[in-house]
Amino acid sequence: MSKRDGFIDITDVICPITFVKAKIAMEELTSGEILEVRMNDGEPIQNVPRSFKDEGHKVIDVIKNEDGTFTVFIEKDGL
Amino acid sequence: MKFTNEQMERYSRNIILNEVGVKGQIKLLESKVLIVGTGGLGAPAALYLAAAGVGTIGLVDADAVDLSNLQRQIIHSTTKVGKPKVASGREAINDLNPDVNVVTYQEWVSSANITDIIKDEDYDFIIDGTDNFPAKFLINDACVLLHKPFSHAGIIKFFGQTMTYVPGQGPCYRCVFLNPPPPNTVPTCKEAGVLGVMGGIIGTVQATEAVKYLLGIGELLTGRLLVFDALEMEFRTVTLASRKNCVVCGENPTLKDLIDYEQRACEL
Ligand SMILES: [Zn+2]
Repeated sequence: MSKRDGFIDITDVICPITFVKAKIAMEELTSGEILEVRMNDGEPIQNVPRSFKDEGHKVIDVIKNEDGTFTVFIEKDGL
Repeated sequence: MKFTNEQMERYSRNIILNEVGVKGQIKLLESKVLIVGTGGLGAPAALYLAAAGVGTIGLVDADAVDLSNLQRQIIHSTTKVGKPKVASGREAINDLNPDVNVVTYQEWVSSANITDIIKDEDYDFIIDGTDNFPAKFLINDACVLLHKPFSHAGIIKFFGQTMTYVPGQGPCYRCVFLNPPPPNTVPTCKEAGVLGVMGGIIGTVQATEAVKYLLGIGELLTGRLLVFDALEMEFRTVTLASRKNCVVCGENPTLKDLIDYEQRACEL
């Protein structure tokens, strides 16, 4: 398990709120800090990490959980 | 501030834009825009600014809703005929977005009240949605004297024009148009007619300028007049220069007191 500075669960929302919710959580961190995002398989895992990359953040780890969800660690402004 | 889940969803298409983001949306929610005239131009401008989440919207209009307004003033509706336009506007805005605080001024702007109205909420941006030259020059002069940015626009028949004034960043309306034309030399929209969509197109450009100004993004229509001809379906921009000897924004301004030009009453 990587260290984290913030956590957000976006399994309770659908596109495009998934990324919006995660983006709002990311705003609260400072450069270099790490956000942990729990998301569903399918659309979220395909799009949310990519959208973070597009905004200059670095995806540092992706973990597949037992319940089928994913946990993604993203470093703010890491790219 | 924290977004509620409802706000997150309502503004998701804004927040997802890199140029807006969370910070931009908060900026919009904390912004104040004054719309003078809730007619053809002010109606769509008010609706789009409300939808975008501009937190405070001031509406100035002394008029009541008339059936003949509904051909273009889409913020009002048939059941509101006879009601003050500012009250009708407030209801429509709050139906659309209850986040918006609507401040109403049921009066015509004049040299006696415009400064107080602009200062009332210390508005960040002013939209000129009026249809007559005295009001347009008054809004220009008041905004220049108070160092407030504003969007000018005019529509008639199938034509529309709009420009944006930002203090220190280009000409004011008076730099370009000098003085109102003598009364009775130009038709008002009541006499000349106006295609309903003209307010929609130009008023929406005004709302776009307001949002861009509030967010600090893109290129504004400062030093440019956007001219639209609906019959030819042509948009053109004309470059405009500041006038050094402009009586209100020039190097040695002589206009210190607002002027009430002879007013020709006309429904917006
Ligand atoms: Zn000027």
